[in-house]
Amino acid sequence: MKVTRRSALAVGAGGVVFAMFGGPTTKSWATPEDAAAIIKEFSGGAEPVMGGISLTTPEIAENGNTVPIGVSVDSAMTEDDNVKSVIILAEGNPRADVIRFNFSLANGVAAAKTRIRLAKTQNVVAVAKMGDGSVRMARNQVKVTIGGCGG
Amino acid sequence: MASKPRVKVPKKASPGDVITIKTLISHKMESGQRKDKEGNPIPRMIINRFVATLNGKEVFSADIDPGVSANPYLEFSVKVEESGTFNFLWVDDEGSEYSTEASITVG
Repeated sequence: MKVTRRSALAVGAGGVVFAMFGGPTTKSWATPEDAAAIIKEFSGGAEPVMGGISLTTPEIAENGNTVPIGVSVDSAMTEDDNVKSVIILAEGNPRADVIRFNFSLANGVAAAKTRIRLAKTQNVVAVAKMGDGSVRMARNQVKVTIGGCGG
Repeated sequence: MASKPRVKVPKKASPGDVITIKTLISHKMESGQRKDKEGNPIPRMIINRFVATLNGKEVFSADIDPGVSANPYLEFSVKVEESGTFNFLWVDDEGSEYSTEASITVG
């Protein structure tokens, strides 16, 4: 594969993420407090406001290995009104942080979907950081029949 | 480790359209939480980064943790104004890169 400047940057960024989250393997579980600490760091001190963001999750997930989720933030995605990034957290997983979506004005709408693992019945949280520094949050409970972080 | 990624991008669109892009790559996304039969931890090995560019400019990216399912799926939108080529890049914990491209005609 051709190594471009961009891909080199991406690898660098990936390395940083790995260094932050790739520490020694432990079986300790995340708690709502861990999630709150991650939210605090992500929001830069701004108080998260409920609303203006919608998190779509199944009410019951039969298989915790692959739970479809979607997030959508009310925003025109213009210079004056945009979403920088959204983090998804699972308060009851071994690790609370699940994924971070980084948006740009080119997205047109701030929405993304993925599939996540949920170890047990728990709350899934979506937190959006807006261009003006404000922070929005949504929280849904998902009932999990068969956990998805087997070990 | 990972197989050829698959992406779904509309072939055509009108200027200003918001299109939906779907991506999927085969990867076991070993979480680092599991143990083998002897009780030894299985090392973490996941796709940790995804970047989408349009004509060389980043339009969307994701920082991925082990909480994302095996064969990570991502869906997002892009507002297209002109024809161009998307490049999609996945990077795993070993630094291996997987990428694919898709073109769109706008007009």
